[in-house]
Amino acid sequence: MSDPAADLLQTARALRAEVGAGMHDQLAEALYTDAARLADRAVTRPDERPRFDLDRAIDRLVTSRTWGFPIMILLLTVVFWITIQGANVPSRLLATLLLDTVHPALKDGASALGFPWWLSGVLFDGAYLAGAWVISVMLPPMAIFFPLFTLLEDFGYLPRVAFNLDRLFSRAGAHGKQALSMTMGFGCNAAGVVATRVIDSPRERLIAILTNNFAICNGRWPTLIMVSTIFIGSAVPAALAGLVSAAAVVGIAVLGVLLTFAVSWFLSRTMLKGEASVFSLELPPYRPPRIWQTLYTSVIDRTLIVLWRAVTMAVPAGVVIWTMSNVTIGGQSAAEHLVNLLDGFGWLLGLNGVILVAYIVAIPANEIIIPTILMLTVLTAGLSGVGEGAGVMFELESGNAIRNILGAGGWTTLTAINLMLFSLIHNPCSTTILTIYHETRSLKWTAVATALPLLLGFAVTFTLATAARLLGWV
Amino acid sequence: MTMTTNTLPGSACATCPMSRHLARLGVRMDSWDYVVALAGNPNTGKSTVFNALTGLRQHTGNWPGKTVARAEGGFEYGDKRYKIVDLPGTYSLLAASADEEIARDFILFGQPDVTVIVVDATRLERNLNLALQVLEITDKAVVALNLMDEARRHKLSVDERRLARDLGVPVVPLTARRGEGIAALLQMVHGVATGEIKPRPHHLASTRDSALDRAVSQLVTRIEAAFPGLPNARWVALRLLDGDASIESAIRDGSLGDLSRGPQTASVAERLVLAGAAS
Repeated sequence: MSDPAADLLQTARALRAEVGAGMHDQLAEALYTDAARLADRAVTRPDERPRFDLDRAIDRLVTSRTWGFPIMILLLTVVFWITIQGANVPSRLLATLLLDTVHPALKDGASALGFPWWLSGVLFDGAYLAGAWVISVMLPPMAIFFPLFTLLEDFGYLPRVAFNLDRLFSRAGAHGKQALSMTMGFGCNAAGVVATRVIDSPRERLIAILTNNFAICNGRWPTLIMVSTIFIGSAVPAALAGLVSAAAVVGIAVLGVLLTFAVSWFLSRTMLKGEASVFSLELPPYRPPRIWQTLYTSVIDRTLIVLWRAVTMAVPAGVVIWTMSNVTIGGQSAAEHLVNLLDGFGWLLGLNGVILVAYIVAIPANEIIIPTILMLTVLTAGLSGVGEGAGVMFELESGNAIRNILGAGGWTTLTAINLMLFSLIHNPCSTTILTIYHETRSLKWTAVATALPLLLGFAVTFTLATAARLLGWV
Repeated sequence: MTMTTNTLPGSACATCPMSRHLARLGVRMDSWDYVVALAGNPNTGKSTVFNALTGLRQHTGNWPGKTVARAEGGFEYGDKRYKIVDLPGTYSLLAASADEEIARDFILFGQPDVTVIVVDATRLERNLNLALQVLEITDKAVVALNLMDEARRHKLSVDERRLARDLGVPVVPLTARRGEGIAALLQMVHGVATGEIKPRPHHLASTRDSALDRAVSQLVTRIEAAFPGLPNARWVALRLLDGDASIESAIRDGSLGDLSRGPQTASVAERLVLAGAAS
């Protein structure tokens, strides 16, 4: 007796040969014909044509060959300018509250209750200060940036960005839909990697996954905004500071997009050879955004979730940093040993040991880079009068104070620029790496996705640092 | 009873719309009576419908490709608990890409009790293309004619009664982002899930190619012999003739056979849910 399933498959195969390859098209055509007939019966269109189609007029402008890119860059600059200007005051208020008022109160309470020094240190100088820092540095810019970005998204602008970028992507041998996953990556790279599922071809999907890290994510925006405000903004007259720092952040973001093209181009000619496939991108109608709902969802969905993630990462990191700074080996703290060990390599890259240690501590979440750098700098530069002891995340009233500390740590404009570059070009965070593994199911491609941007980051910062030193800029 | 227009069943209840109360359960679902799938083209408002039913606030974005994985939630309506699965938005179910395959496999193997097809009223023709493909796979469907506000803004009038008659399934006009029509949609979903409404959907007219028609009917006979009671033999036949590798393997490993033994969402759907959760 024969197996009915195998029998059936054999019949199907024989019939398929008989029917021929045209059947797929016939089927599609039958579907289209039916859909068109049914739609035609149900829909009545107005007799007179609309005099003026606003959607089409906007589309013509924002996707035009001449104006598309300038408008895109202008919109991004405006968003960051509002973010940088608006975040200033609330950031300072939060810092005053959490760092100047609550922290001393907690320390006083601890000594009144007779806590041993190490317990009060780990709890309040390590864990609490790390969390408080992340909140005061990150909450205000996020609470402004995310709603603005979400409004653009709801309005329907993002598909137009994808449309503008599509031509460049296909020239780089990548899939046009990569523009969509890249745009998602601007929020979160892990989400961007998952979003590559819309790309059918495995080759092009891998390219999209490997390059998603070059879209700056939530965790990295605050670092860039902060460094740019302190170092780039303060180098120009105060009236222009906000605009110039915003432009610097946009510059880094645009560089990330250019890198995405360059690396995609490189991959599609070496490891992942092939032709770009065609697809059709639907431009949805513009919809008036629902302002209040957008505010609500972007505060709840994005700001608080990202902030919570940052806090849960920062609190253990604060404990680790405090402990590292207070455990001494041969007269030096463990943190100092590590910083000294990496200092030489850091110098080659135009960075320093502190920054590299911070990037190791921050593998779980890029959000805590700045607080970690500040704390370790104070420790290793041996500043007195700042902070309250080894491994204490101290309070700072203004960007100037941060600038002074970093200056004492040997920072120059080159360090700041290279930190911004390295923040753009380094390994993905651990969540993204894990997501890449889930999506590709391949250790090899996960390793490539991790190592490729890291090595590229080393190369870029090393080249810039060497060039700057040879030309005598620093 | 055959329900072909969108007149509400049980007109006695027209005066007591609140008698069946909607309770949004968010993600707190451990058991359910019915499974509802949400299908549709990208950017038609599936996630908005999902949020309106579950009370969740999944971020909805005005761009295609927002939902690439499945989102799940729950609600309670008319003493029944519903689990609702928001499928990725796709233009077709031919399973060319990962998101199409997720949507297709869930409708086929997950055997949801109701599939709600969300269509954009302003782009009916393109949206019906997917709707027709869904109706080839399952009879238990409700069409949600969403974005009616935009259709009105563009001065389009959509005759939902005629559409319901032509498609053979209930059609509910909706403006999901303002919550308009959600009550009617719930009533239809409830009706189809409980079997009070038995849709008789439109199927593709035979093609003009008689050789193809002959091949299809020949295969349908074989499929019905191998898997008696399979609800969509004709569709399976068409997929086989198109050389669909995933359908072939479903026949080989017997998972298609499971479907012919009637609804058993428990085993097959569980497996899919687990597979989905892992990714």
